[in-house]
Amino acid sequence: MKITLTVNGDDYPLDVEPRRVLADVLRDDCALTGTHLGCEQGVCGACTVLVDGEAVRSCLMLAVQCDGHPIHTVEGLAGRDGEPHPLQRAFSAERALQCGFCTPGFLMMAAGALENDPSIGDHPERVADLVRSNLCRCTGYEPIQRAIMRAARGE
Amino acid sequence: MKPATFDYLAPRTLPEALAALGEGAQVLAGGQSLLLEMHLKRLDPALVVDVNHVPGLDHLDVADGRVEVGALVRHKVFESPEAVPGPLGGLFARAVVNIAHPPIRTRGTMVGSLAWAHPASEWCALAMALDAEIDLAAAHGTRTIAARDYFLGPFRTARRPDELITVIRFPLLSPDTGVGFLEHRRTGFSFAQVAVGAAITIREGVVTEARIGLANCADRPIRAEAAEQSLIGAEIACPGGPRVPADHPFTRAGRTAADQDAAPVPEPHADVEYRRHVIAVLVARTLREAAIR
Repeated sequence: MKITLTVNGDDYPLDVEPRRVLADVLRDDCALTGTHLGCEQGVCGACTVLVDGEAVRSCLMLAVQCDGHPIHTVEGLAGRDGEPHPLQRAFSAERALQCGFCTPGFLMMAAGALENDPSIGDHPERVADLVRSNLCRCTGYEPIQRAIMRAARGE
Repeated sequence: MKPATFDYLAPRTLPEALAALGEGAQVLAGGQSLLLEMHLKRLDPALVVDVNHVPGLDHLDVADGRVEVGALVRHKVFESPEAVPGPLGGLFARAVVNIAHPPIRTRGTMVGSLAWAHPASEWCALAMALDAEIDLAAAHGTRTIAARDYFLGPFRTARRPDELITVIRFPLLSPDTGVGFLEHRRTGFSFAQVAVGAAITIREGVVTEARIGLANCADRPIRAEAAEQSLIGAEIACPGGPRVPADHPFTRAGRTAADQDAAPVPEPHADVEYRRHVIAVLVARTLREAAIR
């Protein structure tokens, strides 16, 4: 099927089989390998991206479903000049990553949450609830929560 | 694993969608269970019919004391207790936070949960407890079926392959109804080992109406009718503290639900005896939660 994915503002005219999930097409056809695939069944959250501004599992969406819908991946977080996104700076400052495999998913989930409700930083319990969506097996969740709160405060 | 090859159709009208359905076709709404099943090769459809572009399926309306939930209403909508009027909105809001996690709730739909019919599904248990009605549309006509006639077993329902669930209809709860929803799970990521939803009306200290839905307490969602009957007319002097006393009507109802209503199947981490114990405790606690508000 011929579709056009709009990823981080760039158009990618593609010819994809319907059976291919968004995560695979982002990685293999758009060469955007920042989106990671862990479990491929919606559990781990490493493949989280924004579709229409909302965090979704890109392993549980077909690429053909996303024709014409704006997609944002971790590659689009930093500015065009390479300046890291506040969330990326906060993850670094709080040492909220170790192996880094889960990090793109956490970043996009947090980016979606902050975009939809910037006041989430005032509610530690909501941030704690949010990070339960994704799996991290290195740092534990405390530094990740601190990083999201720090980014929400605009530090 | 990756899904096997299939054809994909994204119809723009309901008749077009219904014409495409049949043996070998699957409906894609939220896709959060469908894609999972296709990854695991438990489902291998020849055709996937994406209904996301069909107008009129995303409505959430209240009419004649009932709420109608369309096929494209996402779980997330129910996180706000105001999404549905009265105590029913509160019950839905308590239940929905147990369903997966936010990114899944953004896409997944209530109707999809009923179509999948996982025995541990929260919505399916509530559909049983609340006597929900399900509208099934097909190219040759539409029928309405009661939830109690709809669930036939694990992942098995009365829906035929050429039918699309367009609407689930729930009766609203009267303003003096108290609601509770509690779930027991092995880990934060697990499906419910036992989940209980309850709606209870207490007038002048006496129970006048009780509805109890159980998830993962049998091979399909069930309504705990024996436990409900044991409550009607019971005097509730006090809803009980954090531990409901042994002789309290809620404790007896919990025991009745576990021994008479439930038919738990053994699982690797929960044999039948253990599950009956959890059901008894959780039903009593859920009733207490419903009674104190």
